[in-house]
Amino acid sequence: MNRVLPFEWVAAVRFLREGHMQTMFIITGIAIGVGVIVFMSALLTGLQANFLKRVLTSQAQIQLLPPDQVARPLRFGPGVIESASIQRPSQRVVSIDQWPKIRDRMLAMPEVTGVSPTMSGSALAVRGDANRAISVSGVEPVTYFRIVRIPDYIVSGEARLSSTDILIGTELAKDLGATLGDKLNIQAASGASVVLTITGLFDLGNKGANERNTYVALRTAQSLLGNVGGVSTIEITVNDIYAAEVLAQQIQAANRVQADSWIKTNAQFFTAVQAQQTSNTLIRAFVGLSVAFGIAAVLVVSVIQRSKDIGILRAMGASRGQILRIFLIQGGLLGFAGSLVGAALGAGGLVYWHSMVLQADGTELFPLILERQLFVTTAVLATLTGLLAAMAPALRAAQLDPVVAIRG
Amino acid sequence: MAEEVLRLEKVCKVYNQGEPSETEVLHDVDLRLEKGEFLALMGPSGSGKSTLLNIVGLLDRPTSGRMTIKGEETDLLDDTEITRLRGHTIGFVFQDHHLISAFTALENVMMPLLLDRGFPSPAIRQRALDLMTRVGLEKVANNMATNMSGGQQQRVAIARALAMNPDLILADEPTGNLDSKSADSVFDLMREVNRESHTSFLIVTHNLDLAKRCDRIIDLVDGRIAG
Repeated sequence: MNRVLPFEWVAAVRFLREGHMQTMFIITGIAIGVGVIVFMSALLTGLQANFLKRVLTSQAQIQLLPPDQVARPLRFGPGVIESASIQRPSQRVVSIDQWPKIRDRMLAMPEVTGVSPTMSGSALAVRGDANRAISVSGVEPVTYFRIVRIPDYIVSGEARLSSTDILIGTELAKDLGATLGDKLNIQAASGASVVLTITGLFDLGNKGANERNTYVALRTAQSLLGNVGGVSTIEITVNDIYAAEVLAQQIQAANRVQADSWIKTNAQFFTAVQAQQTSNTLIRAFVGLSVAFGIAAVLVVSVIQRSKDIGILRAMGASRGQILRIFLIQGGLLGFAGSLVGAALGAGGLVYWHSMVLQADGTELFPLILERQLFVTTAVLATLTGLLAAMAPALRAAQLDPVVAIRG
Repeated sequence: MAEEVLRLEKVCKVYNQGEPSETEVLHDVDLRLEKGEFLALMGPSGSGKSTLLNIVGLLDRPTSGRMTIKGEETDLLDDTEITRLRGHTIGFVFQDHHLISAFTALENVMMPLLLDRGFPSPAIRQRALDLMTRVGLEKVANNMATNMSGGQQQRVAIARALAMNPDLILADEPTGNLDSKSADSVFDLMREVNRESHTSFLIVTHNLDLAKRCDRIIDLVDGRIAG
């Protein structure tokens, strides 16, 4: 007999071992349940992480924009309106009022992890006979690339931006017949133009973005777009991406800016993520429940089968507490053992699935994320489920009248 | 005067009290057992022997009357104290041995000590081994409890009953399921233990020959002590 374990543990293990058929069946049952939970959770985490990475590394989580320009009715005097019909004004590229102050305020917020001012506008990229309409984003590379990971998407060249450099998408490069080191003439609508050297080509994984998006230094964009010293957006990253919308509302209420969170601008995607999470939680809960009932059923039968043993133990001086613990431990052990086998099953299934299911281009459909936390949580939850499920049978065992129990 | 181990005064046991099926199983039973006494309890089936044994063994409570074990009045004890008193002062030997099949013979003998101390220890193991030697089964100590003959199992049960060095051993037809040879040897073993360690025995038996070899015979007829 093990010298370290308390008697209740030894008895629990022996009882489980003696009823090996029952034990094996219930552990298999628990393992299947746990396996499904592990598989599904890891799969969803992987898919979500993939989506999130795609969404969040190509855009900021909160964007601050200048408030919409609103036309007011022309008034003649107090209470007298001269012209009541108001035409919605066109939205010129304007700078955020007092943006350095707002940027500093954002940097001071504990929830904010990165802030980068940018100047964006439309322009025409001209090379020889070819020209294409583009969107020019003037950025500070140091802060901006931390928010939008352009360097990760560079397919040739480098993500360097001095005042005469430009980064363009692979599609635009193809359309203009340009390549690294070539010069592009960028013309703004105002007539201003600048000649820039292509230092890097990027592939954002989206044809439209690869055709239109270009990145230049902030100062270059400011002078090209006729707004020296101004910024049209302030891009922000936060530590809790799911709190972005709440934070955006707070920022908007406290500053003269319009704040858009990624949740608002990707509402559909966000709803999909939430629906996935909800269904995952539901499935986990129901699988957990059926596992719990399985454990309880096996232990109820075990209490009946062992009633004589229980009576004898009581006659030999076992307290109700000791009997209770013997059966609780059995429940916990079943849950724990089942979760170990189940976690291995789930992880194995996931690795197999991951290697079998690929995207059309042969790359993985989702990153394989097997967090230790998932296994620890699952094991702890399964053990707790086992303990809880064992509660009713264990109480019944502890309440058994020894005289009746011994008689069988 | 010899030390008193057990005293019953006017102990009654009524089942289903207040219901139409009310049955009075024991009537005003008085009983006294001294240290080292070896007592046979006889009586026809249904006379209340098992009920009396359960009450004395603290597995059941009397409906009325007073019982003291080693001077401790049992009516005043709560469940935890009853369990403790039972574990420390009373050993049981059942008719069909009731060893726990998931454990070896030795572990069955260790069990009362384990339940009391909580953890296994070399001392507990040694004590169990000594008891197995005492009942002549040291060679099969590590057999599973079910992997032994009836006589051997009953010897293990006696060793188990002795584990806590109790003052009183209650045996419910300990030889009832054994052939006459095994029955004799099991009875002799109990008598030996009784003589050597002065443990009191209360043995329920139908076997008059064995009963005659006891210090005293008590006849229970219809829930009353007849002689």
